[in-house]
Amino acid sequence: MSDQQHTGPGARSHDAQSDGRHDVDSRDTANDTSNADIQLAGGHDSEGPPTDGSSHDELATRFADPGLPAHTYRRSDIDPLAARRREREVATLFGLSTLGTLLFIVAYFAVKPSDAAGPEMLGQVALSTKLLGLGLGLAMFCVGAGAIHWAKTLMPDDEIVAERKPMRSSEEDRRAAVAALKEGAAGAGLGRRKLIRNSLLGALAPMGLLAIIPLRDLGPLPGDVLEHTAWKAGRRLMTDPAGRPIKAADLPIGAVVHVLPEGIKKLPRPLDEEAKATAIVIRLAPSDLADQRPDRKGWDVAGIVAYSKVCTHVGCPVGLYEQQTHHLLCPCHQSTFDVTRNCAVIFGPAARPLPQLKLATDEAGYLVAAQDFEEPVGPSFWERGD
Amino acid sequence: MARLEKSAGDIANEIDERFGSAKFVRRSARKVFPDHWSFMLGEIALYSFIILLLTGTFLTLWFKPSQVEVPYEGSYIPLHGLTMSEAYASTLRISFDVRGGLIMRQIHHWAALIFVAAMIVHSARVFFTGAFRKPRETNWLIGVALITLSIIEGLLGYSLPDDLLSGTGFRIAEGVLLAIPVVGTYLSFFFFGGQFPGEDFIARIYTFHVLLLPGIFLALITVHVMLVWYQKHTQYPLPGRTEKNSVGYPFFPVYTAKAGGFFFITFGVTTLLAAFVTINPVWLFGPYTPTQVTAGSQPDFYMGFLEGAFRLMPNWEIHALGYTLSMNIIVPCFIVPGLLFTSMGLYPMIERWVTGDNREHHVLDRPRNVPTRTGLGVMALTTWLILLAAGANDVIAITFHLSINAITWFFRIAIFVVPPLSYVVTKRICLGLQRRDRDLVLHGRETGRIMRLPNGEMIEVHEPISETQRYILTAHESPGPLELEPATDPNGIPRRRVLASKLRARISRFYFEDRIVPPTPTDARELESSGHH
Repeated sequence: MSDQQHTGPGARSHDAQSDGRHDVDSRDTANDTSNADIQLAGGHDSEGPPTDGSSHDELATRFADPGLPAHTYRRSDIDPLAARRREREVATLFGLSTLGTLLFIVAYFAVKPSDAAGPEMLGQVALSTKLLGLGLGLAMFCVGAGAIHWAKTLMPDDEIVAERKPMRSSEEDRRAAVAALKEGAAGAGLGRRKLIRNSLLGALAPMGLLAIIPLRDLGPLPGDVLEHTAWKAGRRLMTDPAGRPIKAADLPIGAVVHVLPEGIKKLPRPLDEEAKATAIVIRLAPSDLADQRPDRKGWDVAGIVAYSKVCTHVGCPVGLYEQQTHHLLCPCHQSTFDVTRNCAVIFGPAARPLPQLKLATDEAGYLVAAQDFEEPVGPSFWERGD
Repeated sequence: MARLEKSAGDIANEIDERFGSAKFVRRSARKVFPDHWSFMLGEIALYSFIILLLTGTFLTLWFKPSQVEVPYEGSYIPLHGLTMSEAYASTLRISFDVRGGLIMRQIHHWAALIFVAAMIVHSARVFFTGAFRKPRETNWLIGVALITLSIIEGLLGYSLPDDLLSGTGFRIAEGVLLAIPVVGTYLSFFFFGGQFPGEDFIARIYTFHVLLLPGIFLALITVHVMLVWYQKHTQYPLPGRTEKNSVGYPFFPVYTAKAGGFFFITFGVTTLLAAFVTINPVWLFGPYTPTQVTAGSQPDFYMGFLEGAFRLMPNWEIHALGYTLSMNIIVPCFIVPGLLFTSMGLYPMIERWVTGDNREHHVLDRPRNVPTRTGLGVMALTTWLILLAAGANDVIAITFHLSINAITWFFRIAIFVVPPLSYVVTKRICLGLQRRDRDLVLHGRETGRIMRLPNGEMIEVHEPISETQRYILTAHESPGPLELEPATDPNGIPRRRVLASKLRARISRFYFEDRIVPPTPTDARELESSGHH
């Protein structure tokens, strides 16, 4: 409703037409304070009443624009000595910039951190970084400050008023443009030659596939790899990162050990396997086992329980264990799991308990997995059931 | 000197005969640019981008975007013998074994923070002064796209070193990809070339970080700056400045010197910051391994609002028909930023629709004179800031010895309560400031001088404000709400889109119901004749 052209007074229009129609574009009238010193409150809608102000007392609605303030001269404009001083200041800044460049070059060759042995290396790197940074910083800052000082104190500071034309083209240009396009379209005859138009669309439309299909080999299909980890019945729990097996009897109550399955480093793509298999082992006091789920009876070995360390929210390692409360906390988004209740979520954005790893011991008394995790570890994904 | 002038003339002649450049130079050399300190915010963003290109190119000369595991043998003793990706090893090499490598890395990282921060502050300036209005909506949209892309570009950039902190960031990114309904698992496998972490993603995000996204940035920034040039810069509502002129200093020589100089100042300040303030000391974090994490993991600040949304979101997950929909990830990671950026991008169009104002605007608004817009802007910023603070809830908990659960709950409530509150408060402050402006115009400035009248009454002497100041305080429009169009047109035919028109009238009321009309000379005269001072 508001972007129509319409007829009205206020013929100061930039593109006044011979036919008398022109874009009211009310800024020509309502908003042009320089010409009229007047503007109707509320006259912000171009469909509003004609706002030429002729029927109003101009002074009554707007205070007059006093115009640009008189130009004030700077010291350097009127005092040659002051100008001379400004010139020297600018030159000094440029000179400091040169010194900065020199400092950078000298520092580059004088300080060579890789020559320093061992612990001294860090100190040398710090020194080199500071000197190079100081040199480069001075070189850049001073040349910039000099240029701006020059512009502000010595270059003319008279404000210039330039005319601003509306972005909209003149009516004549607009008509000519439409005519040109129409002429071109008529020449191509797309409207008439349906066969060409449709077959062209048919050729262009499926081209998107050419951009997408070759991306197929970016990676393998997921299959069920997210549902399995490197844990297997009888596979020993090895401490991470030391890689030692754990004797159940050696683990005191309250102990916490980060573990990985035995032999994981020898698997292809070990990091992928570690990202899924990483687990945390905690020995709880018998009294802390009272609230365990009945269907998880026998998953622990003498109060030793193991849980996936991959947060069920977005997969950070749930690495913070609080001894007193038996809470496992994810440092990324503070999901909190209660170990005494099979790692049920008690706070934060994670929606599912950490999967539990069923434990057993082998004949030598070392902790082993009794089976793989029963459910996929880590973040949820679309195909994940339950 | 004469010879110099002659050879310069010769070169100019050769160029002009080939490109006709005199036409452009004639028009543009003395092009006028309005001057205000707030116009330099966008310049800071532009110059930071150039600094990023320069320092980034330097870093690519040594950086190896590879996840191949190698034993570390460089000069940093504490990590000696550790197995790490070539990406991390080459980052250590740049930091310790390439002279000037660490300062370049630090300039690059600081410039990235300044780039995003400058864009955010610049967009706030553009928003609050109404510079996004017609004809500049396109540049606003380009700006929103630049901010959005810069967040992604930054995330990719700080992930490249493949240290423990950044690897954790990409572990989270994997979780986010997996949460996308239906195709998430496939997207994740395609992105990582299989399971996380795989061996491909560093090389892939490297291409995005150094080629694809910078190319898009370069194109968008070029268009952005060309549009500023072509549409001419806005100016503040000061005497002598109108919608039909542009008042300021000429491009050559004043702005050439000022803007060119300001590039070097930005470069200099960023360099000094990088020289003396350590940023992202990746050697302290160690190489990435999916089994470890550092406590107090914090992303760069521009990721903070997403991080906060993640931390505040309750654990809502939908399980149905054997499928899983992780609302605890979809809401903070897609819906929250989607709403923030979409409403930001669409705002100029929404305001244009509400006001029905289809004119070009080149004279800026004083924020107080557009209370509803200013209030909405503050509300959006407040939302963003609360999420940012919530992203640091663990740091807050440790610093102030508070319960992290209590802090999280505080923010969960605050995110709904504080933004509307900030809207109301801001709007009231704006209206209050407008009232004060009105008083200043009508009653003048309080001088602090008390005068006793013959009848014993004590009054404070008021001094009229200058003509210039009076103009500044009264030059703005104060539109009232749009009237609801009658249901039928003058010919009695029912109008179409009555609902849209009703909605518009309602929103217009929301925008313009509370308003202070700027005082007019009539007001002043009436006041004078009624004997007030």
